[in-house]
Amino acid sequence: MTALEVRDLNKSFGGLRVTRTVNLSVAPGERRLIIGPNGAGKTTLFNLITGELRADSGSMMLFGQDLTREPARRRAHLGLARTYQIITLFPGETLLRNVTLSLLGLSRLRWNPIVRIDRQSELLTKAHAALARVGLGHLAERPVGQTSYGERRRVEIAMALAQSPRVLLLDEPFAGLSIDERRDVLTVINDIPRDVTIVMIEHDMDVALEFAERITVLHFGEVIVEGTRAEVVEHPRTKEIYLGE
Amino acid sequence: MNLWLILSINSVTLGGLLFLLSAGFSLIFGLMRIPNLTHGSMFMLGAYFGVTLIGWGFGFWLAALMAGLGVALFGGIVERFVLRRLVGNELAQVLVTLGLSFMVADVCLMQWGGDPISVDTPAGLVGSSKVFGMAFPTYRLAIIFIAVAIAAALWGMLDRTRLGAMIRAAVDDPAMARVVGIRVSHLFTFVFCLGAGLAGFAGVIGGPILSVYPGLDQDMLPLALVVVILGGSGSLLGSLVGSFVVGLLYNFGQAMFPELAYVVLFLPMLIVLVLRPRGLFGRAAP
Amino acid sequence: MNRAALAIALLLLATLPFWIGNSFYVNVATQMLIYAIFALGLNVLVGYAGLVTLGHAALFGVAAYAGATLINSGHGHIIVAIGACLATLAVAAIFAVLALRGTGLGFVMITVALGQIAWGIAYRWISLTNGDNGVSINARPAPFGLSLESAPALYWATLVVFLVAVVAMAIFVASPFGASLRGARDQPRRMTALGYNVWLIRFLAFLFSGFWSGVAGLLYLYYNQFVSPQTVALSASAEALLMVIAGGTGTLLGPIAGAILVIVMKDIASAYIERWNFVLGAIFVLIVVFMPEGLVPGVVRLCRRVIAARRPRAPMPVLGEESGE
Repeated sequence: MTALEVRDLNKSFGGLRVTRTVNLSVAPGERRLIIGPNGAGKTTLFNLITGELRADSGSMMLFGQDLTREPARRRAHLGLARTYQIITLFPGETLLRNVTLSLLGLSRLRWNPIVRIDRQSELLTKAHAALARVGLGHLAERPVGQTSYGERRRVEIAMALAQSPRVLLLDEPFAGLSIDERRDVLTVINDIPRDVTIVMIEHDMDVALEFAERITVLHFGEVIVEGTRAEVVEHPRTKEIYLGE
Repeated sequence: MNLWLILSINSVTLGGLLFLLSAGFSLIFGLMRIPNLTHGSMFMLGAYFGVTLIGWGFGFWLAALMAGLGVALFGGIVERFVLRRLVGNELAQVLVTLGLSFMVADVCLMQWGGDPISVDTPAGLVGSSKVFGMAFPTYRLAIIFIAVAIAAALWGMLDRTRLGAMIRAAVDDPAMARVVGIRVSHLFTFVFCLGAGLAGFAGVIGGPILSVYPGLDQDMLPLALVVVILGGSGSLLGSLVGSFVVGLLYNFGQAMFPELAYVVLFLPMLIVLVLRPRGLFGRAAP
Repeated sequence: MNRAALAIALLLLATLPFWIGNSFYVNVATQMLIYAIFALGLNVLVGYAGLVTLGHAALFGVAAYAGATLINSGHGHIIVAIGACLATLAVAAIFAVLALRGTGLGFVMITVALGQIAWGIAYRWISLTNGDNGVSINARPAPFGLSLESAPALYWATLVVFLVAVVAMAIFVASPFGASLRGARDQPRRMTALGYNVWLIRFLAFLFSGFWSGVAGLLYLYYNQFVSPQTVALSASAEALLMVIAGGTGTLLGPIAGAILVIVMKDIASAYIERWNFVLGAIFVLIVVFMPEGLVPGVVRLCRRVIAARRPRAPMPVLGEESGE
């Protein structure tokens, strides 16, 4: 059984086809990298997988379960989590509250209008643990607005991991980070256990290649090449797109 | 003349007036993304201006034109000196238009008193004319004719002129319009004045039918709202169709279910909202 | 310190009829409490859900009309209270389903239209609502045998409901659901991706908000013993919205302060001029243009600016603090 299976996915915005019959098959525990030039439709693909956008046609399966007709919020409950390229945290709230909101999203407690959220010890313990996992335990009470870009990236990952996803989608987790920050984020990602399948979009080939087991190259919304690291790097089409040869 | 015919002609007449009111409302909503809650006030203000001008001895049509211009000027002042300060904060803009509508209503009450004022039908259009062997009230035919003429002129302006092309571009994608060098802020002022002026003009020519009274603004604003929700914002065709639908519903609703006329009026709007939230002719949100 | 302030405030509120004496002023205080409850309810939508509505007077009015109809058909206070609340919730549910089809300004527009329908029904459906003449009740009901006929008695009953409302709001705001609601306000898309049903969260918030508006509407009926289409007019919705905005949205005390402020202004304004609507409109415009963050914080900021302007050599930190706001 595959962890994530995408079949014949199509999406157009007006006359512009941003996703053309994309097929993707990710094995459980796999580390998959999706690369491609700007405008290749990588983020759109993520939005289609999470259900934030509706596909025009095609289907998606998560561990054999059909996602195609599930609304976005249900997909989170089925074990799909993602981070965002442009960080969309709740800037006025503390890191702890951000992660708590993420945990609450999958808990029945989110409908409770009576208890105090800051008295839910189990919830708070889990949130602290998720922050500690990305090395931010000491900043739990700091508002997001007062943290660095690299720290926010790690909060993004903590929010996704807090949901104990089966498949994790990382949208350019290294973009815009300094070398030190990249190293921190890479450590966090490398520490994610194998029971979480990871699909990552990344521009930075150096860091990304180190991480990936299989690579999918997307170009103008189409899968051009797919294979192991070596296969993709050697493939003439990859060179054509990336090196302009 | 039988009842149905009277109702039909009344419906079409009201539809014409509503088109003059709602075309501007719709364009303002499409372009500036705000429901201009002073729009009913513009209609009423125009009507009162018209009453005063006629009282000073101006002819009906001249008074209607002058009142329209006066209201357009007022609209321009509102846009330039109030709304302009709040660009980017649409909610604040809506609240300001709401506050202004209360102020206008009270000023009108102070200036023109609380009693309804009737407006005489312009001489020469009193009585009825025969069309296809049937007698129609001449003034109502004139209103329909004017509404159709203005609709055609607006359509020509939007579809055939450079200015119209800029407005359409800005309705579709304001950010892109700015990028290609369109002075969107000038368009805002122009469209706001145009919408206000049309509403004011409609207020005067509607006078002989509706008369002028405090609360006219609150009666007209919801009608404009319904037209735009029905027809979709920023769409001239939507305003036109929506206006006539509302005109029909209003007159037939009042005749058949006098107590529930309001419900009959709003029911189609609710159905459209549930089935097609962007309105019958509205464009899909990007 | 905080507890002491709270205790003093409670004591003052509870003993108000004794030290204020005159029943006219006791009635004004009752009115403030009623509108404070209304504003608290409205603030759930405007402040915490970020959904600005201009049709909430309809919900307030539905409760009042339903209550009046039930009282006049001879029902007891429990049936009246339950019936009025259920009627409000039913109408709130319809409003919510329709208004939540739109977002942002679409939502505002739909609530205006819905409010106008309610007004149209109150004004025109004469067999149901007695039209322009309104509906009056002969006597206030006596819940559990306690007469509400005297001004202090009604004040105390309203105070109890008001305190319950404040406590309910405080609990609600600090709850997981309150946090979900604020999340849905700030980043609906993100909340959806996290597994939240944003629509349902907003719908429930609408009901909660409508419920308290209805409670306020019923108290208003008891207080006024009369309800007319004016109660559900657009200007009534605008007035309530002004209370919330004037006090500062999304805070617990803001709507209460706003309600007191608007009632005081209304009473003062109507003592000198007949034109309350003009004043209401003008305040709206002034607040929105000059102090969008609310009257209370806005006045503080303006005062500070005036003080800073008078002392040209004001130390830098003051300016820094100001720009940091």
